[in-house]
Amino acid sequence: MKQRFPQRLNIRDGLVEMGHGSGGRTMAQLINELFFKHLDNELLGQGNDQAAFDVVGGRMVMSTDGHVISPLFFPGGDIGSLSVHGTINDVAMSGAQPLSLAAGFILEEGFPLVDLERIVISMAEAASLAGVPVSTGDTKVVERGNGDGVFITTTGIGMVPPGINISGHLAQPGDAILISGTLGDHGVAIMSSRENLEFETRIMSDSAALHGLVSDMVRSVPAIHCLRDPTRGGLATTLNELASQSGVGMSIYEDSIPFNDEVVAACELLGLDPLYIANEGKLVCICPSGDAQRLLEVMRAHPLGRQAAEIGRVIDDPLGFVTMETRFGGSRMVDWLAGEQLPRIC
Amino acid sequence: MKYIDEFRQQDLAQTLEAAIKREVDPARQYQLMEFCGGHTHAIFRYGIQDLMPGNISFVHGPGCPVCVLPSGRISDAIGITLKHDLILCTYGDLLRVPAGNRKTLQRVKAEGADVRMVYSTQDVLGIARENPDREVVFFAIGFETTTPPTAVAIKQAQAEGLKNFSVFCNHVLTPAAIQNILESPEVREIGTLCIDGFFGPSHVSSVIGSRPYEFFAEEYQKPVVIAGFEPLDMMQSALMLVRQINEGRHEVENEYTRVVSREGNSKAQGMVAEVMELRRTFEWRGLGEVPYSALKIKQSYAEFDAEKRFELGDTRTPDIPGCECPNILRGVKKPTDCKLFGTLCTPDNPIGSCMVSSEGACAAYWSYGRFRN
Repeated sequence: MKQRFPQRLNIRDGLVEMGHGSGGRTMAQLINELFFKHLDNELLGQGNDQAAFDVVGGRMVMSTDGHVISPLFFPGGDIGSLSVHGTINDVAMSGAQPLSLAAGFILEEGFPLVDLERIVISMAEAASLAGVPVSTGDTKVVERGNGDGVFITTTGIGMVPPGINISGHLAQPGDAILISGTLGDHGVAIMSSRENLEFETRIMSDSAALHGLVSDMVRSVPAIHCLRDPTRGGLATTLNELASQSGVGMSIYEDSIPFNDEVVAACELLGLDPLYIANEGKLVCICPSGDAQRLLEVMRAHPLGRQAAEIGRVIDDPLGFVTMETRFGGSRMVDWLAGEQLPRIC
Repeated sequence: MKYIDEFRQQDLAQTLEAAIKREVDPARQYQLMEFCGGHTHAIFRYGIQDLMPGNISFVHGPGCPVCVLPSGRISDAIGITLKHDLILCTYGDLLRVPAGNRKTLQRVKAEGADVRMVYSTQDVLGIARENPDREVVFFAIGFETTTPPTAVAIKQAQAEGLKNFSVFCNHVLTPAAIQNILESPEVREIGTLCIDGFFGPSHVSSVIGSRPYEFFAEEYQKPVVIAGFEPLDMMQSALMLVRQINEGRHEVENEYTRVVSREGNSKAQGMVAEVMELRRTFEWRGLGEVPYSALKIKQSYAEFDAEKRFELGDTRTPDIPGCECPNILRGVKKPTDCKLFGTLCTPDNPIGSCMVSSEGACAAYWSYGRFRN
């Protein structure tokens, strides 16, 4: 449905105004000439407040994720592509194939339309590359000072292939713990572009949609027990979550965890621990140890899993501790993150 | 990574581990105090205790800058921030340390106060330049390592004529604190705390040099080995301490020769001496009043002294009942001896200061070492 407006939306000099959230013609124009234009697909184009589609029987998953990030644009991505990748990944970590996304935008009055368009184009590209359309959406505008430019909430649905049962509570003692690649790239890329903390690095965010990798993995090893993407709080937090959900302990080897040198260097400098730094394009996989080798081969054959590695084992421990054998030859505990990670003073 | 990996090599660690095990006297105990929080952090992060024979134990000292700051100073900082609606800038983990009423800077920030975390004093000057209509106070804490940058900022502010910048100075001195521990009744009279030797600070010593430790090594007959913060530095230094103890020596030895000299950084020392002078006394959490253990801003730079600008500096708040931080900071008790440890006091909800910073003994025990017990 193409609506016509007396004058085209002035994206180059325009700003988000309260009227863009009013429900009236101004909002209709923004939706038509910015969102529909870029996120174009059949369902969205129908212009309904919902998207209706047929599914065949089976197990369906649904996930939602609110995206608030500063800065909105960072090396290797922006809030637009991130909001697509983040939710696709949350759906995919059940072993599911994502089908469709819904997107809710909260825009701050005064935000430049040219930046909004950049974000929407980036979303459209990410969705198109992933083959997962944004089928419905919503826009609200808040007064200047009540938002941080743009917040995007995306919700995704997907279908789990028959015979797959992946969940955070299924890790068992003896299972192998795999990781799909280097850790900490996203968090360090974000930090390097924050206003009060500029440092030069070539590190790019690893933001990526992982459902293709997951699809290859479950096809090869349907018996995978757990999958999770180590986003906020990093690998340490994800392993603690899984350990506590499954009522097991974990033992990992520092030497086997892949890191980019620049991430390690930035963390040394800032007094941060890379195990706690966020990732947006990596997954942790827990599987029966006998399947680990085959799974690693499948992961390494995929572009998003080239540096996949086995990093440890699930152990019997009712206390649910995650411990690490250090490269130095000692052992330490890898605990939950407390509050936010703050740099050490000395 | 170059200059880092070299100091974390497992094969060298094994060689040192074997040497230490060969040289320790099985008939005695070795209690080694690491003064610095950075060393405490390294011990736990790399699992160094695992590589030591059973009769070497580490006693964690008070060298964690946020841990020793008395809560009254935090109450003062919160007080002026709210009263004068000013911008208060400080370093990372201080934001989470509870003041007397258990309020933290992080909490008052959430309530609307303008509290900002900075990475350097240069950031504070930038904020002051950008906000000429508002008062900007730097809540300065730390040992000799963080003091020179504060002095530089004050000199820079004077040269630029920055009228809205001032410093709430809480810089403290390492040698005075070590001496205070050695003078404590637990060490001298009661004998509940036995310290056989010290790992000397690394970053602090790069500024003050190794000479300031010579007095008390001689006076109290305790060996000191200045140690770097990398795990191999600590292993090598442990071996050097064991040798001194075995041979009955009590000297200041320097393991961290790639950075620390006997005289230290005279330029940094000169800068600090120009802007700051000794306080007659200063309250430390855990140690109480310690004479000549901290610095204040000199009269000639009084216009940049937040204590004078806002009439500050006398709030005293009692320690929290049940909290063993004072004893833990002196090495008299271990974190696990505290009733609050792991029950009411955890890193997510710290009551005592030692649970706040990752350099604090309680936080290090909780995060890295809890599984041992």
